[in-house]
Amino acid sequence: MSIILDHISYVYGGDTPLEVRALDDICLQIPDGQFVGIIGHTGSGKSTLVQHMNGLLRATSGHIYFNGEDIYDKDFSMKKLRSKVGLVFQYPEYQLFEIDVLSDVCFGPKNLGFDRKEAELKAFEALRRVGLPMELYYQSPFELSGGQKRRVAIAGVLAMEPEVLILDEPTAGLDPKGRDEILHQIKQLQTETGMTILLVSHSMEDVAEYVDRIVVMNRGRILYDDVPKKVFSHYKELEAIGLAAPQVTYIMHELKNRGFDVDTSATTIEEAAESVKKCLQITAASS
Amino acid sequence: MLRDITIGQYYQTESLIHKMDPRVKLGGTLLYIISLFFFRNFWGYVAAAFFLGLVIRLSHVPFRFMVKGMKSILFLLLITVVFNLFLIPGTELVSFWKLTITVEGVRTAVTMAIRLTLLIIGSSVMTLTTTPNNLTDGMEKMMKPLKVFHVPVHEVAMIMSIALRFIPILMEETDKIMKAQIARGADFESGSLVKRARALVPLLVPLFISAFRRANDLAVAMEARCYRGGDGRTKMKPLVYQRRDRVGYLCILIYLVVSITVGRL
Repeated sequence: MSIILDHISYVYGGDTPLEVRALDDICLQIPDGQFVGIIGHTGSGKSTLVQHMNGLLRATSGHIYFNGEDIYDKDFSMKKLRSKVGLVFQYPEYQLFEIDVLSDVCFGPKNLGFDRKEAELKAFEALRRVGLPMELYYQSPFELSGGQKRRVAIAGVLAMEPEVLILDEPTAGLDPKGRDEILHQIKQLQTETGMTILLVSHSMEDVAEYVDRIVVMNRGRILYDDVPKKVFSHYKELEAIGLAAPQVTYIMHELKNRGFDVDTSATTIEEAAESVKKCLQITAASS
Repeated sequence: MLRDITIGQYYQTESLIHKMDPRVKLGGTLLYIISLFFFRNFWGYVAAAFFLGLVIRLSHVPFRFMVKGMKSILFLLLITVVFNLFLIPGTELVSFWKLTITVEGVRTAVTMAIRLTLLIIGSSVMTLTTTPNNLTDGMEKMMKPLKVFHVPVHEVAMIMSIALRFIPILMEETDKIMKAQIARGADFESGSLVKRARALVPLLVPLFISAFRRANDLAVAMEARCYRGGDGRTKMKPLVYQRRDRVGYLCILIYLVVSITVGRL
């Protein structure tokens, strides 16, 4: 049970002078239950990549296997795939259209053929998971704040109860507090349900704390695909392609350069603080 | 699907026609279209086609680009031809079942088809070689005299250029919203007509909201830059006639005289 991308390439504007190779021979395997961060600079192909995973874009060449089935097979149902692989687009609040929040979240499950009652049950559950206050359920989605709208939009996909959830820049345009809240809730969702989650972002800081694995994209190719610690050890190369490692990585490297024996692979502030404390204790004990 | 529409699209390249003043192209296209309605015989159309071919050659726009634009009006062309073919009374040519084709019918159908084709290709040469902004600039300047009659020329031109600028933005937006709703299980392609019309609601509501939002943002941005209409407003690149523009006008004039004389022999 997993998603496998086998030598996927995607070219658009073919046979015109404006031809662009958005994806170039991508091979990727995403096992069940993993929390994966897909990182890349603007135009690196990360959004294009995730749109292939639920069949919205069709690869120019290559194959995609979902739970062992080739999604480009003639008798493969794209509708079923889209119910299993939920995709939340960038700025998803712009897709809201219903008269109240609950009906909007019901749109997905209803399209899957659930009756009103079942759809509403699923919608309630999804809205609870994204932490939207109960009193807002029957308000117009257009009266909510930006962060609340985004939660509603995410709930709209969650209500379809996908096995894989893909979020394309879910924190874009949110303030730091809203960003942390949403990321925290996504992490919680993953630990509670064991759902596979793909988080697309251009900020390492966003994903470092939460994900199990980072895929770094550059110009339509995969540059690194590893656990966060290993990826961040390439922080100089990351800078060259317009990305940056978390600030902690820089501080730890700088400390090491100045003669402190700290752990440079620390990715979160907590880990870094622990390492610095340990180092200071050792220096204090030896003097 | 939406990207196949080439009418009104700009093709970027370097050419004499691209550099020409938009007023020459506008006026020329208008006169060209009018000329098509003056011909009484076949030779006028030959002259018109020859002139058009020459202009296309000079514009460096590949011919298949123009034909692409024709595809969208092929249906209209077909209807015109069919109706003219069967419904014009006159000397009978062939007749089967309840339909008769007359000599006059064939003649009108053929000239109509040629006229429409030349008309559409002719005007697409203008849009393919002129940026929308340039085009509205040209229109604004050409219509300036109408200000005497209190026609809001500048405002109309501004509205037009904004509308043109918004087409690609809204197309992209439509594509995005469509994809987002498909990801939520929406189905835009199957079902009865009523069902399909209903399926458009989740697309149209967000699209309208986003159009209003963008319009509002743009209005604020314009006001923040002290925009207050056309009075006293100057252009960064004012339109000034060059030598090539005068030559352009002369060519159009020569074409008009030649084609109409030949066409009305």
